[in-house]
Amino acid sequence: MTDDDRVFKALADPTRRFLLDLLFARDGRTLTELESELEMTRFGVMKHLKVLEEAGLVVTRRSGREKLHFLNPVPIRLIHDRWIDKYTERQVTALVDLKAELESES
Amino acid sequence: MTVAQLATTVTTQVYRVYIKATPERIWDAITKPEWTARYGYTGLADYDLRPGGAYKVRPTDQFRAEAAAKGHELPDVVIEGEVLEADPPRKLVTTFHMLMDPQIAAEGTTVITHEIKELPDGVCSLTLTHELEGAPTLALIVGGRLEDQGAGGGHAWVLSDLKTLLETGKTFAE
Repeated sequence: MTDDDRVFKALADPTRRFLLDLLFARDGRTLTELESELEMTRFGVMKHLKVLEEAGLVVTRRSGREKLHFLNPVPIRLIHDRWIDKYTERQVTALVDLKAELESES
Repeated sequence: MTVAQLATTVTTQVYRVYIKATPERIWDAITKPEWTARYGYTGLADYDLRPGGAYKVRPTDQFRAEAAAKGHELPDVVIEGEVLEADPPRKLVTTFHMLMDPQIAAEGTTVITHEIKELPDGVCSLTLTHELEGAPTLALIVGGRLEDQGAGGGHAWVLSDLKTLLETGKTFAE
């Protein structure tokens, strides 16, 4: 499996996307904090976090006795830069130009 | 999310990228101006790699011209800091104070740690940890959350570009 495959596989699950959203809203959380936001066993949350870690989307760091989970946006950025940008950039730029033109006329 | 909300919640950001390159090449790409001018924000890094040594980033002529065209006069030094720990090619800890904009310059000095770990198959992980206590606006910028306002994509964008440069010999822009 390539790095991109692991990222897409990790993102294909709604619980894992929810966990990433939680970390986006507030980064550096413990397993206990994340678990409290989900109707799921501690073991279930740990399994999802493991998939996210293996895909590089979550990085953990020790702080005293606690293990904190951080959202790592780099793998998503890589996919954005390599795959999405090349299809969308021109259209988006054209839209921005159009918007600027329309607003300057009015 | 507002700056005030973020200030009370996020104080440290962690980024990791896997790069097919030797630790020495990655170290050079972070610390040498001929590399730093080519990716991300394209500043010219200048490190005195010993504890207490100065760390400065100067804008390239092109960057300065682009900023001037938008009505921003850039200072000669856009980032200033101090080397706290330098262990080539494994660990680099510096303070980081952005001077490009008075509002951001008024925020506190932050700390950036780069860690390079060698993994099997010629791959290294590069982990960047930015301790951003007392610097909520800088946290938004390096977190890539002001990209639509022209502030660039922050550390994720820089590291993605660095990986591409080291693995393909070219950046996205080149």
